[in-house]
Amino acid sequence: MASSASGPQQHPLGIYLKIWTLLFVLSMFSYMVDYFDVQGVMRWTLVLLFMALKAGFILAIFMHVVWERMALALTILGPPMILLVLIFFMAVEGNYTEGARVQYLGHEANRSPLHVEH
Amino acid sequence: MSDSSTLDATASGIPAPQADGVTGFIKDWSADKQTYHVPWGKAMMWIFLVSDTFIFSCFLVGYMTVRISTADPWPLATEVFALSFFGSDPIPLILIAIMTFVLITSSGTMALAVNYGYRKDKKKTVILMCATAALGATFVGMQMYEWSKLIGYGVRPWSNPWGAAQFGAVFYMITGFHGLHVTGGVIYLLVVARKVWRGHYDKEGYEIVEITGLYWHFVDLVWVFIFAFFYLL
Repeated sequence: MASSASGPQQHPLGIYLKIWTLLFVLSMFSYMVDYFDVQGVMRWTLVLLFMALKAGFILAIFMHVVWERMALALTILGPPMILLVLIFFMAVEGNYTEGARVQYLGHEANRSPLHVEH
Repeated sequence: MSDSSTLDATASGIPAPQADGVTGFIKDWSADKQTYHVPWGKAMMWIFLVSDTFIFSCFLVGYMTVRISTADPWPLATEVFALSFFGSDPIPLILIAIMTFVLITSSGTMALAVNYGYRKDKKKTVILMCATAALGATFVGMQMYEWSKLIGYGVRPWSNPWGAAQFGAVFYMITGFHGLHVTGGVIYLLVVARKVWRGHYDKEGYEIVEITGLYWHFVDLVWVFIFAFFYLL
């Protein structure tokens, strides 16, 4: 946690312009992942990496969390961590439901979506 | 930390404990006084944003659950949101990419508005806040275009021509709720910008610009997750 000795009001403009540029570049990278049709594990890794970096920079710099006292920072970042448990439970539940649909209702799991006619 | 007493003094009258990091964290919570040494409006905005995080998370986790649990194929976002210009071949996901850039640009102008607010540069603050609002309105306009396009394709909350029926429900629910937040943010920005312009905060300080900025950056933050999970993955 950086010191907020000077308070949030005295940051030089430069850091905002740098982060702004960085967000542009990261968004461009995210889009390139789709544009060049990267698939599979690589797609997930890259998309989630760029997402985490963008979210981190917005929170830390634009929303000043890095300059806040730890009491406020943990109030912001702590409670949402419980969502990881929800995500885990619902992923397990979703997999079970899909398995049941395939096994008992005869749904075909490996079809491809239809293409879009523009 | 200890030097921030000027800010705290105007905010609450109680200076923050002279400790940082974990020690400061323990002192803030155990001092039996005020815990958050920020203006009350800022603390309340943060608490609102944390609760809003849970609402959006519920939508996104619900999206994950229906997408995992359906055996039907999920429509290809890259094709659904492709767009052709002047009769070119459709460029994949281009509209969403442009919307992302518009929103990031608006976050940048907002960050600058906060900075100029604390420098008490009223004119630049107001101009930058209005620019942010204009970019936000542009975003909503593009979203309306996107919605009308999908409605034209026959995407409904209960069906679509390409695959899993849940696609439409998730799309309208999540982007609709986010668009509502952007629309609310545009109105909020304009109201605060007008008050800044009229000198309402000349005496009591410009924290309100930062608080408005927190809301606006949050809307951008949510879009980062929607862009990744709904459009890219």
